[in-house]
Amino acid sequence: MLFRLRVILLLVLVLGALFSLRQPAHAIPAFARKYSLPCSACHEAWPKLNDFGIAFRDRGYQLGNEKDSPIWQNPSYWPITMRITPQWHRESSSNQVVDTVPGNPALGQTFQNATTHGFDFGGVDIWAAGTLYKDISFSLLPSSDSSGSFHFENAFVRFDNLFRTRWVNVKFGKFELDNLVSEKRMLFLSNNGGFYQVYHYTPFREAQFRASGPSIVQFGDAFGIGDNQLGVELSGHSENSYTRYSVALLSSNEGNPGLPNRTYDGWASFNQGFQVGKLGVQRLGGFAYFGQRPTFFNTSLGSPVLGQGLGSKSFYRAGLTGLFYIKKLDFSTVFVHGWDNVFLGTGTAANASLPVGARGPSWNGGFVETHFTYSPQLVFVQRNEIVRMSRQVFSADPRDLGDVDAFSFGLRYYPFMSSRAGLALHTEYSFVRSYKSASPLPTSTSPFGPDLRASSVFVGLDFAF
Amino acid sequence: MKHSRMRAHLAGILALLLAGGGPATFAQETHIGGLTGEASRGKQLYRRYCVGCHGPLGDGRGENAVWIDPKPRNFVTGTFKCRSTPTGALPTDEDLYMSVTRGFVNSNMPSWLPLTEQQRVDLVAYVKTFSSSFREEKPAAPVPVPSESAANQQSIQRGSELFQKMNCWACHGKEGRGDGPSAQTLVDNRGYPIPPYDFSGGTRFKCGESNQDLYRILMTGLDGTPMPSYASGLTPAQAWDLVHYLRTLQINAKHKRPTADSEQKHRSESKPVGEELEGRANRF
Ligand code: HEC
Ligand code: HEC
Repeated sequence: MLFRLRVILLLVLVLGALFSLRQPAHAIPAFARKYSLPCSACHEAWPKLNDFGIAFRDRGYQLGNEKDSPIWQNPSYWPITMRITPQWHRESSSNQVVDTVPGNPALGQTFQNATTHGFDFGGVDIWAAGTLYKDISFSLLPSSDSSGSFHFENAFVRFDNLFRTRWVNVKFGKFELDNLVSEKRMLFLSNNGGFYQVYHYTPFREAQFRASGPSIVQFGDAFGIGDNQLGVELSGHSENSYTRYSVALLSSNEGNPGLPNRTYDGWASFNQGFQVGKLGVQRLGGFAYFGQRPTFFNTSLGSPVLGQGLGSKSFYRAGLTGLFYIKKLDFSTVFVHGWDNVFLGTGTAANASLPVGARGPSWNGGFVETHFTYSPQLVFVQRNEIVRMSRQVFSADPRDLGDVDAFSFGLRYYPFMSSRAGLALHTEYSFVRSYKSASPLPTSTSPFGPDLRASSVFVGLDFAF
Repeated sequence: MKHSRMRAHLAGILALLLAGGGPATFAQETHIGGLTGEASRGKQLYRRYCVGCHGPLGDGRGENAVWIDPKPRNFVTGTFKCRSTPTGALPTDEDLYMSVTRGFVNSNMPSWLPLTEQQRVDLVAYVKTFSSSFREEKPAAPVPVPSESAANQQSIQRGSELFQKMNCWACHGKEGRGDGPSAQTLVDNRGYPIPPYDFSGGTRFKCGESNQDLYRILMTGLDGTPMPSYASGLTPAQAWDLVHYLRTLQINAKHKRPTADSEQKHRSESKPVGEELEGRANRF
């Protein structure tokens, strides 16, 4: 009995000693921790990258030192980051069609402002990224909406520095189109401000046709250069990443897995940075996306056979980008010209006849986004954006039909800066005016209504660990 | 009344002078190439990029230091590994600039090349404020690097004999694999174990990449580490012989070894990051 007690005591002592000897765990589960760098090393203000961060990303999430391959990490290191944004927000939209007397549609309809507000959160990003081996990097980003339904925002493997040159890197999978101004890394989060209008614009008539068309799949989803696409990318960069290029071959399916379309789209972008004395790096770039979408499908007993699109028609987006730094002040600028083939613009199958007088719509848009980075922990942000139709589908349509004015401002405050996790207090106001884009009253004879004004107020916590 | 007014004036002027003189450390400037670095601007950058490792006081005790091996440099002592100046002397501004630009591949210290030249010069100006030595000591003259002798078989043979004679092998091992008899016992000036460089791995040196850099490493030593300076033990001709021999030990070096005449070409080649940051930083 006494012997047994002594054995147990000894065991306890030995185990205790073992545990107290254990090295502090290096296994803190996040990608950024790998290199012991603070968020501010790679991010101007996270998630927006700075010059060092751009170079890090271009090298395939590598610093080019001996810690790059995961073989040098503690085996329990797991390159995962989560990002969640609990918030209070207020959304308001003008000119919503509602019944004059709730519950009694027979008594007629009227326009009303619709406002809602309350506590909320915007879903979860579970982001794993890093290297599989020296010069082989990856990213996998399952992202959920607030109801918990997931999609894969990106999923790719990239072979870095092929042929021992940094000018040849090949990415394969679903990824963001490489552009100087990344929508994924913007400093706006609200419903109205949290995306770039020009990266997703669809002319009013086109959206209208699509909504009333026979089937949304027939015309493919709305296209956005801000949307991640499926394909293969060839890219390269100079050593400091001031010179960068990317060309990509993409499936014509708007990044939707499981929907091959038998045609391909193309993307190209190039940008160049210049050191301007004490101001910082100024970058200028250009990009072009050329794509096509089927306008009708092979059918079986009348229903479309997925993946067997026919009568593809084309569209393109081309633009200029710039990042300008004046010390703590910087400007992200984008100009986009867009054009859709008339069949896409009117949602007409290529083997059917077009509406009389219809033309392929085209438009110009752009924005200036200003950041004042007071310190790595406090940044003020502001954006002015416009989209102007240059050619309406029908010449009789008002010139400004579907034009957009958007404006946002806010601030992000990071109470601490460390190499382990990030937290930002985010406040934002944003406003969007879409010309003549409200639904008309059922009694109206006009196909379009008054202007739609929508605004968001956002106060929240954005955290990643 | 009048007097006290004057006194107040004087006090005010004095205060102004003091205020002007107080942050003299921040007014410290650095000149590299045509650029003037200012510590006040460097401070902002330091807070953003460097503080997590080198610490707010520059003593190498940032919040990440515990996780890192080798440890971040303590700037307060004014002891630096990579210098063009003799052992025991302070590095030149250019030396510090090169270290910041190049990074140390076999440590956590990244290459800060993506920052603008101006930013790197500003950072150097700020790094220098942590040690009073930079204010008190006169900058030393760089160790001269005479032109390289012919890298022929005889030179390599002589170098191999010097490797024996100078006891390099005691630390670096007979074949330069970093496994000499004393290798296990070596510690740096802060008492942390430090392995001798393993030539067979072929990774870039901490203090450069070219033959000129290698020559300089032998003649200046890496201060704060057991790697001594051989300025008094080797003639320039002998040092070049050693350089030529050491190159033959880098059996796994992935990059083409630059020689004096291939150097220029080498700089313009495009190769993956990490093996060739040296050189291009000099381009202004
Ligand atoms: C992730 C950690 C880390 C960060 C961030 C970091 N350093 Fe270092 N630094 C180190 C380590 C580790 C060493 C020592 C390397 C060695 O001894 O091999 C070092 C060494 C140095 C040296 C010494 C060079 C010499 O010759 O001895 C200088 C100068 C330096 N760092 C400057 C900077 C500057 C400037 C920044 C910010 C722009 C910075 N470091 C950011 C880790 C870091
Ligand atoms: C007392 C031990 C010792 C002796 C003797 C010694 N070294 Fe070293 N050497 C070291 C250590 C330790 C390092 C690594 C320093 C570091 O990582 O910071 C080193 C590093 C080096 C490096 C790489 C420097 C760099 O920038 O990365 C070279 C080259 C080198 N030694 C050559 C020599 C030669 C040649 C000799 C003989 C003439 C020699 N060493 C003698 C300990 C020694």
